[in-house]
Amino acid sequence: MMRKTVRYAFYKSLPVLFGYIFLGIAFGISLQQAGFGPIWALACSLFIYAGSMQFVLVSFLSSGTSLPVAAAMTFLINGRHIFYGLSFVERFKKMGKYYLYMIFSLTDETYSVLCSVKPEEGVKEREAMFLISLLDHSYWVLGSVLGGVLGQVLPLDFTGIDFSMTALFVVIFLDQWKDFPSHIPALTGLASAVFFLALLGPDRFILPSLAVTVAALLGGKNRLEARVEGGIGQ
Amino acid sequence: MSEMNAVFLIGVVALVTILLRAAPFLLFGGSRELPPAVRYLGRVLPPAIMATLVVYCLKGVNFSVMPRGLAEPLAVAAVAALHLWKRNTLLSIAGGTVCYMLLVQWLLV
Repeated sequence: MMRKTVRYAFYKSLPVLFGYIFLGIAFGISLQQAGFGPIWALACSLFIYAGSMQFVLVSFLSSGTSLPVAAAMTFLINGRHIFYGLSFVERFKKMGKYYLYMIFSLTDETYSVLCSVKPEEGVKEREAMFLISLLDHSYWVLGSVLGGVLGQVLPLDFTGIDFSMTALFVVIFLDQWKDFPSHIPALTGLASAVFFLALLGPDRFILPSLAVTVAALLGGKNRLEARVEGGIGQ
Repeated sequence: MSEMNAVFLIGVVALVTILLRAAPFLLFGGSRELPPAVRYLGRVLPPAIMATLVVYCLKGVNFSVMPRGLAEPLAVAAVAALHLWKRNTLLSIAGGTVCYMLLVQWLLV
């Protein structure tokens, strides 16, 4: 029973292993080049655990950004996490002793993998979800520390490795497109994001875009709800 | 940047991130029954957010710099084609990323 659960969780986390080890290495290398070695990479990835934000942090550390500015930037860049949690309020409530860790470790990638967890014969769902989160976190920490170490010894060209994040999101988008009973939510998010990207530019579009998406989906609740009935977050 | 300043900076980023992740649970996570609107959002938001994240990843694409601006659309097309063909997540991500690295390091320089 447990073995099947572990295997299920590991298999589900494999796409993230790929992305997190490579992105983690890239982060560790940049941090090392900014003058902060593997111990710092370990601390950042253990306690912050937010990929794109940690890359921004490297620039904070290089330029000596003030704490209020850093806080505001973090709020803007990571504000989207509010919406991730919203999709899992009900499922995480049932997680018992894993509850706090599940909330802490809900990154973009873990969110998207947890979205794809469905009840399966012989798999303990709560343990599987916790293991997926823990494995993802470990990959990220491992990659970051590895990067900090490798940055000192290997002259590798990592240009373009960060595209693995884009590829992961594209793949999950396609899977959801195929599985979800209605395309209206995906199209709403897409249209809103493209509109606000054109209007506000790449640095400020994400929060207004998500806010309008939520408002639009709430506005269409009466018509959409019947078409998407079923479990939460699946 | 002194080490003490770096520790504070990392602490602030970590704290704000944790508060953002905890916000929906602090607001709706108690014994209270979940409002129907929140329950509905939990169902319809995932595909909408995933679409937004794809755009977020591609926000830096610059078509005025040619041929470099073609790298992202070409690599995304490669990911989509691979995935519709084999439907193997790892293969789609690895193939697309290698394709992108080749494009930006050698082919579209």
